[in-house]
Formats: sequence, structure tokens, C-alpha cells
Amino acid sequence: MEDNLVLEGLEVVYHKPDTLTEAPFHYCPGCGHGVAHRLIMEVVEEMGIEEQTIGIAPVGCSVFAYHYMKIDMQEAAHGRACAVATGVKRLLPEKYVFTYQGDGDLAAIGTAETIHTVNRGENLAIFFINNAIYGMTGGQMAPTSLCHQVTSTSPYGREEKAMGFPLKMTELVAHLPGAYYVTRQAVHTPNAVRKCKKAIRNAFEYQKENKGTCFVEIVSNCPSGWRLTPLDSQKWLEENMLPMYKLGDIKLPGKD
Amino acid sequence: MIKGTVKIATELCKGCELCIAACPQDCLTLTNNINLKGYKFVELKNDTCTGCTNCALVCPDAVFTVYRQPKASLKKAV
Repeated sequence: MEDNLVLEGLEVVYHKPDTLTEAPFHYCPGCGHGVAHRLIMEVVEEMGIEEQTIGIAPVGCSVFAYHYMKIDMQEAAHGRACAVATGVKRLLPEKYVFTYQGDGDLAAIGTAETIHTVNRGENLAIFFINNAIYGMTGGQMAPTSLCHQVTSTSPYGREEKAMGFPLKMTELVAHLPGAYYVTRQAVHTPNAVRKCKKAIRNAFEYQKENKGTCFVEIVSNCPSGWRLTPLDSQKWLEENMLPMYKLGDIKLPGKD
Repeated sequence: MIKGTVKIATELCKGCELCIAACPQDCLTLTNNINLKGYKFVELKNDTCTGCTNCALVCPDAVFTVYRQPKASLKKAV
């Protein structure tokens, strides 16, 4: 079928970035991790910094990020990606360093590392994928799970009195003086994806100028954990997650 | 009308249908065929594609390569 395509006179306007490996993603159908991986690698390719970029992979669904990104990667212990990134960046200050973490990694076990890394104003980019659930272990409640959200460890819904409120990491780190650029984006529509890519690009550009910690939260979906089809999960994300996790820039350079 | 088309890496597709919902021209559809991974995959159902790249933007598995008429040739046609 593909051989019959008429490609004469047409130019390529979009292709899979060369900085992604040929390996197919192991993520569930419709998972936002694939889009987030691709956007980061597109920015790395566009800036031509494949050779100077070091990524820190987390523990969680995206634990195999180093299989897919054709750059230097380092796996960190659970929650410690920010601490490892600090070490890498201090040793090799001319390299671009980013961490890629999920909400179980960054907002639960790695809360302390994250807050202190941002507080020190380490010159690195933190990409935080928030899908309000622990995807890899079977859909348990995460600190970022919404109030009344049903998960496998909160079968009657998350009750605030017993289980606390959803943790807004992005707002939390935004008022630390070390944070330079803090934003929240999503990857559920083409427009959101375009904006998200711009935010990721900004994070790398600011790192080039040694400005401080850039924190990009990416609100994502988890069809398997939420027990929904990919399309329904995007609808659920829009209706339930976005009112709680409002999209937009939370801390912009020069504005406080 | 701008002319475009997409090339689909069917073996990477997991049939999540996000691209079908994102396509403004409604030119993608899920086949009944199954790829090596056991998923139904998407294919072009007609030639109304304008190469807007919406499908490629939302695709979690980067299966799309998008082609579009260059802008210079459009001007000539007008």
C-alpha cells in the first residue's frame, strides 16, 4: 500500500527524529510518555546538541528511556534522578543535563531530592510527567492522584482526610528562588503538543545561558492505570486533571 | 487545496486511534489487519490529507512521516 503513495513534488514536513532509536516503545497504546520522549528528542535534534546532552532516566514506566533516546543516558536509583543530575552537571558543566521523571519518582520517593535540587538552583532541566497514578506497578494511588479518584489502592476514591490532597509539585517548586522557569504543559491535543515542545525548547535554551533550574511538568494520560481507552483517557484528562492542574507558565523569567 | 500525504510505519502502530480523532480531514482509519505485535493499525482511507502534521504530533509511537506540497509550488499554481 505504501509503495503506491505518490510522493513526487512533496517535501517532508515531519519525520521521526533521528535521535530516537529504532526500538519500538514498550508503553501501552495511547500513553503520553511516547509523545514526551519524542518532543525532548526533537528539541535535542533541532538544537544539534546530541553529543552534549546527558539524560537521567528514572524508575517507573519510563525506566527504559535510555533504550529509546540516542544520547548519553544514566539510570538513577528510584527518585534520585535530580541528585544524579546534580553530580553530572557539576562535573561536566558544559553539557546539557536533563532528568525525565514520572510522578511516582519525582513527587513521591524523590520529593526531597527535587526540592533541594531546585532550591540550589542547579543549572539543569527537569521534565516531570504527571499522570496521577503509578502506572508500572498496576495503577496504585500516587501523591498526585486527584480527590475521589479510584485507583487500585483507593477503591472507594481518594479520601482527603485519610490520604491527603493531590500534591502540586510544580507550584511547590515555583516559589523557590533557584527555579528560573517553571511551566505546566500537556500532550493531549496537537496544540498542547506544540506548546509543550516550545516549553521544552525554552528549558534547554535557558540551560545554555546558565540561568538556573527549569522545571517542565507534562500532564499526561495513563489509559491502562485509569482503566479507560486512549480516547476516553484524554477526555478524562481534560475534564478532571486540567481543572486541578491548570496549564500554563507558573514562573517566567523576569516576572515574579 | 494543499496536497499532502503520510507514510505510516505500521509495525510500530499500536492502534490507539488518537490520530484518527486528531485528523481534521478525517482521512485515517483503523484496518482490520493485525501487525506483528498483534495490534490493528491505522492507514489512509482517502487522499484528502493536507499534511497538517496533527496526527504525527499526537502519535505516541512516532509512526508518521508527513509529506506536503512545498509552499513555492502553491504560488505558481495560483
